[in-house]
Amino acid sequence: MEMKLALGPILYYWPREKLQAFYQEIAATPVDIVYLGETVCSRRHVMRLSDWLEVAKMLAAAGKEVVLSTQILIESESDLKAMRRITENGDLTVEANDMGAVHRLEGRVPFIAGPYLNIYNPQTLELIASLGARRWVIPVEMSLQALQPLQHSRPAGIETEVFCYGRLPLAFSSRCFTARFHNLPKDDCRFLCIDDPDGKTMRTREGKPFLVINGTQTQSALVYNLIGDLDSMKNAGVDVVRISPQSEHSSEIIRLFRDCIAEQVSSEYAVQKIESMMPEGACNGYWHGRPGMEQMFLASARQHE
Amino acid sequence: MLPEYKLELVSPAGSLPALKVAVDNGADCVYLGFRDDTNARNFTGLNFDAANARTGVAYAHAKGAKVFLALNTYPQALGWERWKKAIDQAADFGMDAIILADPGLMQYAMKTHPQLHLHLSVQGSATSYEAINFYHEHFGIRRAVLPRVLSFAQVEELSSGTPVELELFGFGGLCVMVEGRCSLSSYVTGESPNNCGVCSPPKAVRWQQTAKGLESRLNGVLIDRYADDENAGYPTLCKGRFEVGGETYYAMEEPTSLNTLELLPELLRIKVRGLKIEGRQRSPAYVAQVTRVWRDAIDQCMKDPPGFAVKPAWTTQLGKISEGQQHTLGAYHRPWK
Repeated sequence: MEMKLALGPILYYWPREKLQAFYQEIAATPVDIVYLGETVCSRRHVMRLSDWLEVAKMLAAAGKEVVLSTQILIESESDLKAMRRITENGDLTVEANDMGAVHRLEGRVPFIAGPYLNIYNPQTLELIASLGARRWVIPVEMSLQALQPLQHSRPAGIETEVFCYGRLPLAFSSRCFTARFHNLPKDDCRFLCIDDPDGKTMRTREGKPFLVINGTQTQSALVYNLIGDLDSMKNAGVDVVRISPQSEHSSEIIRLFRDCIAEQVSSEYAVQKIESMMPEGACNGYWHGRPGMEQMFLASARQHE
Repeated sequence: MLPEYKLELVSPAGSLPALKVAVDNGADCVYLGFRDDTNARNFTGLNFDAANARTGVAYAHAKGAKVFLALNTYPQALGWERWKKAIDQAADFGMDAIILADPGLMQYAMKTHPQLHLHLSVQGSATSYEAINFYHEHFGIRRAVLPRVLSFAQVEELSSGTPVELELFGFGGLCVMVEGRCSLSSYVTGESPNNCGVCSPPKAVRWQQTAKGLESRLNGVLIDRYADDENAGYPTLCKGRFEVGGETYYAMEEPTSLNTLELLPELLRIKVRGLKIEGRQRSPAYVAQVTRVWRDAIDQCMKDPPGFAVKPAWTTQLGKISEGQQHTLGAYHRPWK
C-alpha cells in the first residue's frame, strides 16, 4: 500500500485568520491525515476547542482523517482540564502527547501515540498497542536502523508514522524563550510569538543558524527533510509520512511528497525542488543514525551538489 | 508540631567512595548507576561494577541507608538484554528500589521481580498526576521524581492528585528543558540522555584559544566564547551564549545551579518524600559537603518548620563547592519561567 501523508499540528502561533485560511488551503491538497490543536503553549488562545472542531468538520467534509493532538507539556490543573476536553471529545481520534493523555484514553477509545511518548523498543510499543494505540509516531531522534526491530515485531494493526519534514521539535521547557528574549515574564508575555510564524532563529556567535525559539519549544534551525529517503521508509514498512506545517509553501510541499511517493517525480527532482521552499537549509542525520543536524546525501542526490 | 513523616535526603553516588561519604554524612538514600549506558550519567570512570555495587549496598544497609539503582535511559531493541540484566542484578544485589523511565522495562521488572520497588525517573517526563497515576496503575510505582519544570504551586496541586510519593530535585545542576523530552544533545552529537545516557558528551567537546577569546565547541558548533576575564564553563549546549535578533546572551539558561534550601518548610508541608541532590559526576568531597549541609538543614527544619531559616553558613558552604556559580530556585519560583 502507498504510504499515507499526514500534516502535523501547527507548532507556531499564527493569527486566527491565517490559521483558517491555511486549513482551507490544506483541504484542497492530497494530504490524508490532519492533526489539529495547540500542542505547545496553553497561553495561546486565538483558537478555542470549538474553533478547532469547526476546522475538523470542514477537513472531514473534504475527506481528510482528522486527529486532535493534546498539549505536549502539561503543568497545571487547567492544562489537565483542556487535555480532558480533547480526550473526551467523543468523536475525533486523539493523538496523546504525554502519558497523562494515554491514561485518559487507554482501554476506552483507539488513539494515536504521539512522538513524545518515548517509545524506543518493541516491549514498550507492544504495551502501548495493548492499551489501544492504532498508530504510533516514532521519536524524532530515532534512526532507520533503530526502527527496524520495532517494525519486525510490531503488533498487528498498529501503523507507524515518521516525522519527515519540518524544523525538528527538539526540546520543551516551562520557560518561554520568546518571552525571555523580550525580557518579559511568561505570565505577561504579550503573545509576541505571534510575530514569528516560523519561530525565531538562534545563531551561534559566528552567525550559524543553530536552533529556533518557538515559545516554550526549542526547534532545530535546519529543516528535517526526508524527501530523499522515502524509499528506505517504504522498505521499512512505514505507513504514514508526517509533514510539519510552516508559514509558506506547505501545500506545495505536500504535493511534492505525494508526487514523490507516487513515483510521479524522481527523488532527485524532489530533493532539488524542495530546497527553495525551506526557511533554512536541510538536515536528515537522525534517520541515518547520525547527529540530527547532519545532512547525508543519497548517491543519487549527490550529482546535484 | 512535629511532622509525622520523614523527608528522605537522596544523595548521588558516582563511585564507592562517594557512596560511603554520602552515607557517613547523613544521606537517607543514595542512588547509583552501573558502568554503562543503562543510566543517565554514562561517563568514563564513573559508576559501579557488580562487585562495587554489592559492597555499596552492604555498606549502606549496615548504616541504615537505602540504595536506589538508576536505570533511567530508554533501551533500544539491540540493548534490551543489557537493561534486563541490570534489573535482575538490582534484585539480586538487594537494591531498595530501581529508578526507571521506560514502560517496557517497568513491565518486565514488575512481572519478574514483584518485590522490587519501582520509582519513576525524572526521565519519564511525568509532570501531572494523570501521568504519574498511569505508571502507578500499570506498574505499581511507589515514587515519582518530578521534572524540574513545575512551579511550587503546581507541585502542590499535583501532589493532591496521586497516592505516589514524590521526590524533587533540591540541589545541583539544573535542566531548563523537561527531562526525557530533550533531544538537543543528539541533534548536535548523535547522543542524548534518552538513548545514550549523556548530554553534551565530553568526547564531542573541543576548547580552542583564538584571537577572539577562548572558544568551546560541541561537535564543531560554537557554544560559547569567553573573554580573558570570564570564567569558562562546561559547554552544556543549553547554557551557551547565542545570538537572537541581534542580541547575544544566554538565550536558554545561564550556567546556574538549583538550590531550594529556602523551600524546605514548604516541601515538608506538602509531604514531599525525597529531596534529591544532583551530581553523580561530582567528587566524593563534593557529595560529602552537600550531604552534610542538607542533613543539617533537613534536621533543623523537621524540628521546627515555622522557625526554619536558611543559615548563612550553609549558603556559603554550598556556594564554595559550586565554584561561585549563581544559584536559583528555578521553575519552583514562578518568575523564572
